[in-house]
Amino acid sequence: MTVAVRMTGIAKRFGDCVAVRDGSLEVAAGEIHALVGENGAGKSTMMRILAGIYPPDAGTVEVAGGDVTGWSAAQAISASVGMVHQHFMLVPTLTIAENVILGREPTRGLAIDMARAEREVAAAAERSGFRMNVRQLVRELSVGEQQRVEILKTLVRGARILILDEPTAVLSPPEVEELWRVLRALRDDGGTIILITHKLDEVTEISDTITVIRAGRTVARFPTAGTSPASIARAMVGRDVVLAGDAPLASRKATVPAFAPVLDVRHLVVAGERLSRAVDDVSFTIQAHEILGIAGVEGNGQSALIEAIVGLRRAPSGEIHIAGTNVTELSVSERDARGLAHIPEDRHLRGLVLDYSIADNLILGKQRAYQNRGGALDRGRILDDARAAIAVADIRPSDPMLPARALSGGNQQKIVIARALARQNFVLVAAQPTRGVDVGAIELIHARLRAARDAGTGILLVSAELSEILALSDRVAVMYGGRIVAIVPRSEASEEMLGPLMTGART
Amino acid sequence: MNTALAFLAQTLRIAVPYLFAAAGGVLAERAGIISLTLEGFMLGGAFSAMLGSYYSGDPWIGVLCGIVGGLAFGMVHAVSTIRFKADQVVSGIAINLLAIGLTRYFLKLVFGSSSNSPRVAGFSAGTSSTALVTGLLHNPLIPIGLLIVPAVAWLLYRTPFGLRVRAVGEHPEAANTLGVSVKRVRYAAVALSGALAALGGAYLSLDQHQFTDGMSAGRGFIALAAIIFGRWDPVRAGIACLFFAAAETLQIQLQGMQAIPSQFVQMIPYVLTIIALVGVVGRAVPPAALGRE
Amino acid sequence: MSDPNAELMREENPSTVSESMVIIRSRALRDRVVEAVLPPLVALLVSIVVGDLLILAVGQSPGAVYRLMLEGTWGNAYGFAQVLYKSTTLICTGLAVAVGLRAGLFNIGAEGQLAAGGLAAALVGLALPAGTSALIAVPLCTVGALVAGGAVGFVPGALRAKWGAHEVITTIMLNFIVLALLSWLISTRLRVPETLHTQVIRAGALPRLSAAWSGFHGSAANGSIAIVLCAAVILGWYLFRTRGGFELRAVGLQPEAAENAGISVGRTWIRALTISGALAGLGGINFVLGYEHYYEEGFATGAGFLGIAVALVGRSNPLGVVLAALFFATLSQGGLAINALVPKQMVDALQGVVILAMAASVPEVRRLLARSRGKR
Repeated sequence: MTVAVRMTGIAKRFGDCVAVRDGSLEVAAGEIHALVGENGAGKSTMMRILAGIYPPDAGTVEVAGGDVTGWSAAQAISASVGMVHQHFMLVPTLTIAENVILGREPTRGLAIDMARAEREVAAAAERSGFRMNVRQLVRELSVGEQQRVEILKTLVRGARILILDEPTAVLSPPEVEELWRVLRALRDDGGTIILITHKLDEVTEISDTITVIRAGRTVARFPTAGTSPASIARAMVGRDVVLAGDAPLASRKATVPAFAPVLDVRHLVVAGERLSRAVDDVSFTIQAHEILGIAGVEGNGQSALIEAIVGLRRAPSGEIHIAGTNVTELSVSERDARGLAHIPEDRHLRGLVLDYSIADNLILGKQRAYQNRGGALDRGRILDDARAAIAVADIRPSDPMLPARALSGGNQQKIVIARALARQNFVLVAAQPTRGVDVGAIELIHARLRAARDAGTGILLVSAELSEILALSDRVAVMYGGRIVAIVPRSEASEEMLGPLMTGART
Repeated sequence: MNTALAFLAQTLRIAVPYLFAAAGGVLAERAGIISLTLEGFMLGGAFSAMLGSYYSGDPWIGVLCGIVGGLAFGMVHAVSTIRFKADQVVSGIAINLLAIGLTRYFLKLVFGSSSNSPRVAGFSAGTSSTALVTGLLHNPLIPIGLLIVPAVAWLLYRTPFGLRVRAVGEHPEAANTLGVSVKRVRYAAVALSGALAALGGAYLSLDQHQFTDGMSAGRGFIALAAIIFGRWDPVRAGIACLFFAAAETLQIQLQGMQAIPSQFVQMIPYVLTIIALVGVVGRAVPPAALGRE
Repeated sequence: MSDPNAELMREENPSTVSESMVIIRSRALRDRVVEAVLPPLVALLVSIVVGDLLILAVGQSPGAVYRLMLEGTWGNAYGFAQVLYKSTTLICTGLAVAVGLRAGLFNIGAEGQLAAGGLAAALVGLALPAGTSALIAVPLCTVGALVAGGAVGFVPGALRAKWGAHEVITTIMLNFIVLALLSWLISTRLRVPETLHTQVIRAGALPRLSAAWSGFHGSAANGSIAIVLCAAVILGWYLFRTRGGFELRAVGLQPEAAENAGISVGRTWIRALTISGALAGLGGINFVLGYEHYYEEGFATGAGFLGIAVALVGRSNPLGVVLAALFFATLSQGGLAINALVPKQMVDALQGVVILAMAASVPEVRRLLARSRGKR
């Protein structure tokens, strides 16, 4: 076996954050190698180091037997290493041809030989079986087409080692099939492919070898043939995972008495980019004492749905009712006043003001309640309430005056959740409530969500982790392409049943 | 006929410094670096051009010195915003104040005056109303100024450097992953914008055969207005420059008639820029990475 | 800067909770102090070095020049009073820029807002009957200055909130528009013939400080400094003690999080720029009510731009702004004192150097702190 890539002892940190602490990887030439791990495990960072985008803080990188540690992106490209990023690296205001030739422009005299460039790019697209008009602006392309441009960019540069970061996250099932076809053809042509993913079904379908990264460390390497999904999953999370198929039913009685709906969403439409609809005619209800989980591949309209429900985005048509009140035209704070709480999906962006103290973050959104007659905030009461909330939510360190920035991800998330659950709500919208949070905090957060449900709150849970949806929900809805394609009771839901729905397959 | 020619001649003479500065500013802004600096670049260019001409007696040496002065100010701005990642707006304001301060200081130091330099060799465009053609011949910076806009458009849209400038100003990470050095492209774009705007300044001091304190007089901001009004396209920005210059010419020629107060004519570029930003007639959208690291 | 797309993970500190808490608290505090204080010190150092070069260029000794500069400002009553006078306007424009920065906005329009405030104060003073008690006239004129400045500040706030027009550009453009409008008003309607100023106001004049102590004789320092310092205290209270300030700072630090908390980002922007404009407008009373008792075109040219320097060096903190304004006023007055040895224009250049060094050192210090946190 020829080794195409060998990375050993890789470490990389960004400011306060350790992204990779001991990463290693060995990829044979001519194989499809899956690099798997949970969100935040350090997969992308490893591959960006391989592609020369960052230098590693420690460790060595070898490509085709030569030490290339700390090389530049330009060097990686000229050594035939290409990377397709999860967030596309395309300039939307340039044409396909311009994006492809950027950095290695063919010239005639001092000017770019655009006719030649377009001819060459078109020919390369043809060879790979992509149909495209190379003069089209990239911003006019669909996501799947943009990905093809990304792959084309690497192929035109003669890539023999192709890295793809979560390539299917944004693709529809036929587009995924098309991608697999292209990747297999590349491999059969002698190319080496490294695929970053956290989806087990993809791993088993396409890869030859698997490397597992957990918390910045490489923990396992197996041949795909003969390895069970359960053992891959165990390596990914570091403990036995109850895979969806054999999960126990939610701990509550299967028969729930009918409560009045606390959240009623009717024919909701939210505009997407250009003419598309991010949310397309979505209707559902949530009762008191109920968790409705929304499963789906990210980017299928979940974020737009959440933002419309909590009031951050206008819905051009449809209605939203909270506990019987039509709130469609109300602002965020007016909806909050009617008993809606929100755990935002990105705590660093929307959940916290990182430079505010824990105490100030705990009252964010409720500052009116702490205002004296003169307009001043009652610092004493803010601190007292903060100390109490810190004790209940087990936030560490417990000093209320510390800036939220100084806390770990799990403790930051505890602030967000403590704030959302500080009062009795009719409705809680919980988006990715345990993303990037350590295991101990996950269990605590799940317990708090269940307790809120048991106390009567109706919860809309949106999570990219199917296991989380199955562990918490009373009913499960599947969102695909901006629509709710199915709503089933938890007892009928399983990974086998939901998986095809999430990827748009008809049942 | 005579009045039309006179009008055209005066419009061009007023427009030339705007054209130089706007052409430079478009390059820097398209590379993602905010061009609040044009005013300072022009002032620095005007002073160093005067100095070069004063010591050599040759206005062409003055032009060269003006370019060098503009490059120097451009590099200061580039180093502070690119190497030190200083806020581009703050750095731009600092460059403008620095240019005012340094030119004043050296004006006093070298010539003992706080208002103007002595007369130096320069280019002069004929002042008589029929002197359009002779004027163009007398002051070579006028035809160069008129050609600079198509030249920058060619650079931006037809050359590898231009493609990289557009990529870096729109999506620097994308350019970086293809091995294009974002920093190098930005350094080059800012340095070029310094040199070009300085040529506009050199035109001012060499046309008047002397440097006067603060002689850029807000022209750098008018050029910035033209860039925004021209939606970051060099040709459209150039047309905006000509339009603003024509409005000024009209105001000057109508001065005797007291038709419109001059202050209202002065406002035109600024009001139009705000209208362009508000988007009554097609919104002006800046390069996506403008002002970002 | 860490890459936002990178998969990040925080390192858990294994030490015991109580111990790590104390360490983290003191670290957070120390980092905050370093981040606030180090950049101005760096800027001061850089400007001294550049100043030395400019002084050596004329063949003088830097030590002698700096000594003369201090003697001419803080070394005698007149010089000190002149520093107070010059700092009064700068405190206003500095506070104006600072409150904008706290809301995440860059107000470059203080120049026009200041002029509008000055004219409004003069117009109110002209409209009042002669002999109106100062207790009534001064507040009225002051309110006039605040309202006029605030109105000019409101416009870019609304343009940003409603149409997304960036305030950096609109405030610059509005400077020119407002100054042209005022110039037209003065030249056609309001001026005393053959001058660029209005009539002397009939009411609302503030006493000079020299009226209280004759040592200040000849200086323009006047009672407006008291009003301006009150404004600084009120602004500090507003920013750090009230709900409005809490919301304003949240919008400045993280608009998405503020929006999520039900705070209207657009309305907060409008409020911040209106307050900002009002504070800049307040600066107009220093010249109009305190010094010449009329509005004159160009009475405070440059004070608006210098306000940006004051706010940056003062780290957008009202107390810091007052200190920074004193610093820049000292530079400006000191320039006059050293003119015999070095061209006073040197201080104009140094102002630019201070801002440039400030702008470059703020992110640099932040990076260094992040790196040292990473190492621990």
